[in-house]
Amino acid sequence: MLWLVPALPLLAFVLITAFLRRPQMLAAYVSILAIAISFVISLATLFRGMSAPAGWRVESIVPFFTIGPMRVELSTFVDGLGAVMLVVVTLVSMLVQIYSTGYMVEHGEMDPGFSRFFSYLSLFTCSMLLLVLANNFFQLFVGWELVGLCSYLLVGFWYFKPEAADAAKKAFITTRFGDLGFLIGILFVFAFTQSFSFADVTEAVKSNAIPPTWLTVTMVLLFCGAIGKSAQFPLHVWLPDAMEGPTPVSALIHAATMVAAGVYMVARLFELFESAPTAAAVVAWIGGITAIFAATHGLVMRDIKRVLAYSTVSQLGYMMMALGVGGLAAGTFHLTTHAFFKALLFLGSGSVIHGSGVQDMFFLGGLGRRMPITKWTFLVGSLALAGVFPFAGFWSKDDILSSAFNSGNYALGVIGIVTAFMTAFYIFRAYFLTFSGEPRPDWVDPDVFHGADAPKPMIDVAHADPVAAVAYEPNAYYAATHGPAGDPHAAHAELAHAEAASAHQGAGTEASSAAEHGAAHGGHGHLARGAHLAHESGPAMTLPLVVLAIFATFVGFVGAPQAGNPFGRFVTGETAAEGMNYALAGGTLILALIAIFWAWSWYGRGAFVREPLTALGPVYVMVARRYYLDDLYNWMIGVFILGFSQVLAWFDKNVVDGVVNLVGWITRVIGDAISRTETGREPNYALAVFGGIAVIVFVLLNYAVVR
Amino acid sequence: MLTIGLTHYLVLSAIVFTIGLYGALSKRNAVVILMSIELMFNAVNIAFVAVSRFLPPTAGSPPINLSGQVFALFVITVAAAEASVALAIILAIYRARKTVSIDDLNLMKW
Amino acid sequence: MAPSFVEPLVFYALSALLVIGALAVVFLPRIIHAALSLVVFFVGIAGVFILLQAEFIAAAQIIIYAGAITVLVLFAVMLTQRSASPESNPFNTQGLIASVVAAALFVALLAGITTLAGTSTIGIDMDLTPALGTLMLGQWVLPFEIASVLLLAALIGAVVIAKEN
Repeated sequence: MLWLVPALPLLAFVLITAFLRRPQMLAAYVSILAIAISFVISLATLFRGMSAPAGWRVESIVPFFTIGPMRVELSTFVDGLGAVMLVVVTLVSMLVQIYSTGYMVEHGEMDPGFSRFFSYLSLFTCSMLLLVLANNFFQLFVGWELVGLCSYLLVGFWYFKPEAADAAKKAFITTRFGDLGFLIGILFVFAFTQSFSFADVTEAVKSNAIPPTWLTVTMVLLFCGAIGKSAQFPLHVWLPDAMEGPTPVSALIHAATMVAAGVYMVARLFELFESAPTAAAVVAWIGGITAIFAATHGLVMRDIKRVLAYSTVSQLGYMMMALGVGGLAAGTFHLTTHAFFKALLFLGSGSVIHGSGVQDMFFLGGLGRRMPITKWTFLVGSLALAGVFPFAGFWSKDDILSSAFNSGNYALGVIGIVTAFMTAFYIFRAYFLTFSGEPRPDWVDPDVFHGADAPKPMIDVAHADPVAAVAYEPNAYYAATHGPAGDPHAAHAELAHAEAASAHQGAGTEASSAAEHGAAHGGHGHLARGAHLAHESGPAMTLPLVVLAIFATFVGFVGAPQAGNPFGRFVTGETAAEGMNYALAGGTLILALIAIFWAWSWYGRGAFVREPLTALGPVYVMVARRYYLDDLYNWMIGVFILGFSQVLAWFDKNVVDGVVNLVGWITRVIGDAISRTETGREPNYALAVFGGIAVIVFVLLNYAVVR
Repeated sequence: MLTIGLTHYLVLSAIVFTIGLYGALSKRNAVVILMSIELMFNAVNIAFVAVSRFLPPTAGSPPINLSGQVFALFVITVAAAEASVALAIILAIYRARKTVSIDDLNLMKW
Repeated sequence: MAPSFVEPLVFYALSALLVIGALAVVFLPRIIHAALSLVVFFVGIAGVFILLQAEFIAAAQIIIYAGAITVLVLFAVMLTQRSASPESNPFNTQGLIASVVAAALFVALLAGITTLAGTSTIGIDMDLTPALGTLMLGQWVLPFEIASVLLLAALIGAVVIAKEN
């Protein structure tokens, strides 16, 4: 029965792609129906598991083919961890799809790719479920690559926008680097154990079949896949740019599920990582560094989606850190809670963007009055992310920090605490900028522009000082290499008419794409832009927000140590020994509240005029430019990959083609030489004949005649 | 040396054959080449007849094996036929090109 | 019976005649001289045949070679001579290599000859011609007939090729 769980979305994908391009709403219904049934089955499985004894698992295998020792099978394998993941994936996916029926509609007009969107979502869900249900590396890798593909398709959904196409490529290629290490790791595993199945590999590792150094190398290589897929440092660069995709995509893929695949993989192979302590330390430290590194980005971003993107990177780092120090329950618990509140935050931001047409938070404000449901659910999500009691994030974050301290990794624990402080600060910065005070559609940076000749906002900031310009661009790197933020004159007229007629890079890429779509429809369907024109979203969008908010509030309790941590017991099969560390929990709570208060004082009192952090000067610029990592990577690609390609091209042109040409040349030369023997002159021929006869006679006499 | 045996005749045949071969390969006039070929034929005839004369006979009435002489006769016949045709060709070529120098007859050159 | 020195004497004399005749054919500068020394050569060959007790072959040789073929060659010489130039029997460009090849072949032949087993010298008094005739029309009648067809073909072919028009 479990096989239905990935099969139904796959069926939906096939049906929509083959038959349902036209009746678009029908496509949505088919997709939602499929995922809903999958959700029910997953839920039933979860309940069955909860009432089963420890060590419960369900497994069914369909063999595919066997080549020598390599057995390729299709499996549906569920244990505690798997059951939880199934429910999270199907639930969030279902909510996102319901949300999309509202989001992908602009003033009554559906996005032209509406049914394509749902077919991709179904395909993605199928791939993710395939990954979760895998009991062997082969199927895991298949699912892994498929979700990568779907990410490419969905991030580049509005393929006519060059930034979206580039972002999709960047996502796919960056994760490819990680996948290379992953694949090599899988091959190493096979080389040592002659099997792909997790059970066989675990047994082999436990019986010391793999030498420790090789085991560490293999586990680090496998972790490379997670570095790519879960956007850890240094392969995190694709996630912020992946925000070019529609917001439901960001919520589903880049918050709750696909990026969690890396965490899931590490959790699945947890026993292997335990046996390779060096590899586990690598995991933990990369996780910790990622967490704090990404959090610094979140402080300076102006695009609301990018704040959330860096927040996701940071929280994934938390999860990796937890898994690395041995807190399997903590890491997976945070995975679950994060799925809920991050999806909530993303969907909330989508509601904001859909309603106001603006992504840059400096031009928002005052939406609390205009979009109450969005505001309250976003607040719940923010409190959960910041780790405030009693919301979900409080319990899971505390779990992680205590795992870090209990295992003796004090440095990581301190990193975690600092990151928690920054997290609370930046998420509430976002909240206050967006929802409190009054709308600021005409905001002008006072440090830059003085007087009446100040250009209209949302357009000409590129000509201003680099600090503002850089931090302004939702896609700073793209703008830096592709030119400034758009034509000022056209945007002048545009703003003066308060309607969007053409797409600009500068004013929020997603809103501009919606505007472009509006223009493509012959000019009608004007998108009014500006926070002052915002309105609350329809029930298709607000209902999932409310559901997620409920989860974000209450799901934390299943992991509460006071209750014996039923979540941890269910997932790991072991009883958690420690109780709650009240000092730690209380301390981090106080820090979070301080951070919230600080954010309120700077951004929340309706007093926002300029960004206070610009006082940091060059530090601010560096962080806003994402530490110049994108520039570095671009340079590296130019030098190493393109340079190496030049070498190979030279080799191919001169050596390989040279050999082929040489063969042709030799043939021609030999042909020329031999054709000279055809002189047409009889004596020459006769000479040749008799010369041959002389040779034959000699040979015969010496070798053939018996003396 | 005094008793003439098969070897003497065969050596004679070889000498004449070689001279004829040299003439056939290195002369320019087609008629001379033909004459050299006749030399070669005759050398071969000597060899045949000499072998037939000196080989132990097969059982039967002729005291020597006459196959060699028969073959020599046929060689003469064929040589005659060949000489006539060859000379006819030479005449035809001469009529067409006014030369019988084989250095000039290289139409089959590539 | 002839004294025992007669046969070797005759043989060496005839050999000398043959070799000189052959060399003359190849090396004489004027082609008409070469044609005439060819006649000498043919007659010498006939002598050798007689020495080998193949009288019929000798007779055939004289009739056919020294008679008919010589005439043919002379006709060809006369009909294809452009002028009575002294240099009408030149060597061609591959003279040197030809001599090498010829020498190589000669050495090979000598090597072959010297490896032959011993021979028997039998004195024969009888007349072999009837036996030859019996063979020709008995065991070898097929090649005999085919040879006559060949001659016919050659005759017709030569006439056709050498026809004027």
